[in-house]
Amino acid sequence: MYYQPEIETMPRDELAQLQLQRMRESFENCYQNVELYRRRFDELGVKPQDLASLEDLTKFPFTIKQDLRDAYPFGMFARKNKDVARIHASSGTTGQATVVGHTAADLENWGDCFARGIAMVNGDANSTIQVSYGYGLFTGGLGAHAGGEAMGCTVIPTSSGNTKRQVQMMKDCGTDILACTPSYALLIADTAIEMGYNPAEEFQISAGIFGAEPASENMRQEIADKLGIQYCDVYGLSEVMGPGVAMECAERGGLHVAEDHFYCEIIDPETLEPLPDGEWGELVITTLTRECTPLVRYRTRDVTRIVSEPCACGRTHRKIDRFRGRTDDMLIIRGVNVFPSQIEQVITTFPEIATQYQIILTTKGPLDHVELRVETEPDFPIDEVRRLEDLRNRLAAELKSNLQVNVDIKLVEPKTIERSEGKAKRVIDLREAKN
Amino acid sequence: MITQVTIFLENDNGRLAEAVRVISDAGLNMRALFLADTATFGLARIFCDKPQVAVEQLTAAGLRASATSVVAVRLPDQPGALAHLLEFCDSRHFSIEYGYCFTVDDGSAIDVLKINNPEVEEALVEEGFALVSPEEVYDL
Repeated sequence: MYYQPEIETMPRDELAQLQLQRMRESFENCYQNVELYRRRFDELGVKPQDLASLEDLTKFPFTIKQDLRDAYPFGMFARKNKDVARIHASSGTTGQATVVGHTAADLENWGDCFARGIAMVNGDANSTIQVSYGYGLFTGGLGAHAGGEAMGCTVIPTSSGNTKRQVQMMKDCGTDILACTPSYALLIADTAIEMGYNPAEEFQISAGIFGAEPASENMRQEIADKLGIQYCDVYGLSEVMGPGVAMECAERGGLHVAEDHFYCEIIDPETLEPLPDGEWGELVITTLTRECTPLVRYRTRDVTRIVSEPCACGRTHRKIDRFRGRTDDMLIIRGVNVFPSQIEQVITTFPEIATQYQIILTTKGPLDHVELRVETEPDFPIDEVRRLEDLRNRLAAELKSNLQVNVDIKLVEPKTIERSEGKAKRVIDLREAKN
Repeated sequence: MITQVTIFLENDNGRLAEAVRVISDAGLNMRALFLADTATFGLARIFCDKPQVAVEQLTAAGLRASATSVVAVRLPDQPGALAHLLEFCDSRHFSIEYGYCFTVDDGSAIDVLKINNPEVEEALVEEGFALVSPEEVYDL
């Protein structure tokens, strides 16, 4: 089921035409109304009309988060106050807050993008969607809310918090779709179970749209099993719009980008050169329809790849794969790009190994050396050398085949890896000269 | 069956010292200790008077320890005694994961074997071997 079938299943060549036309209009908007873009375009000697094909996009400059910080509050706005309908802002925990403006048309497009995801989980005007993302400057709550309204759903704006009441509303009001962060979805599921319910059997809920933070495959499965639902992963970032930039259909091979609103490139974060479809790199987004805060080649720092094979769901919009991490987390080991999340993924396939781990990078002669410290689960029979050696060998082989890098595995005592309440320190880089 | 404490040790300086200090601080007395070493880690196998307490204390101290059931056989301290025992195990197809031996003051030897087969004790008794009881080994 589609929300906007004529757009979601548009033939690729028509879609490319639409993208080119919209990109030109957007660049015109940038050049006329945002001083930063005019200056950058002029410095590179490019004009919006130089965009003769989508390939010409590489002639245009990148935009980064710092640009938005520097432009605080309204420097990147291409519209006057009378046309600005709403403002969202990032938390600013890692620096100056970034402010993003939306016109009424921007908000309408946002609702449409999110509503496509509701259709991906078989939602329609008869569905009840419970929005347990926080409402406010954060884009989650109001973005999902707009999607529910665009579809004509009954929207329950519970926002986050008061989890027992969330469960009660979910049960009593017959929620079909839950929208929130994965960690909150798990808390809601566990709370329901603690309250004596079996939500997978007893609740009407059939789908969840979860995003705004990373979730491992195991966590996704746990949420889907406990609630008895189809799990839809949603991608978005406040600078670009909010949730709905890309959403996962029932085929689950990645997230369909709303390509009529966003043009995606994958670049090598070191050389900044675009990479062909299928290769992993940094996601760069150019907005095609945004009026108030248009973005040209915005570097998201998120690492993924484009999946261009046709999808069995019938949508023609290309997909982005599950995210591997942020470019800030990327390790270059003997010239190979490695993300801690890849290592974590391999570890989670070994039930004998605890999820605590640490990666130690050192220099041995001219080469980088990787040591992975892991612990066995408490009930693993440590008494037998043979079993420990076997476990170590299997883990090493699996890592080698996944990462293309040799990893030295050190089984350690539980106290060696520090437990932390907050963000665990997973990587310790002791290399003499970091590449 | 008697209970042996197995402690996982990282291959690093001071790890064994730390482990036995925990046991000592818990007021436990070790009767025997054996080490198995590999290139990347070691295992310490210990007999002490209260194995469950030892495992609890070691775990609480952040070490990986487990209580393991092993067979202990009392043999005369003389040539051929061990060979006789091992030949019997072989004849019954009991495979031995590991084993070690020590002599005690009364002139006999204790042979400890890790054999993953529930029938081993009964077979040894039937054959006339003297098994060591838990009380005996903890108070050697």
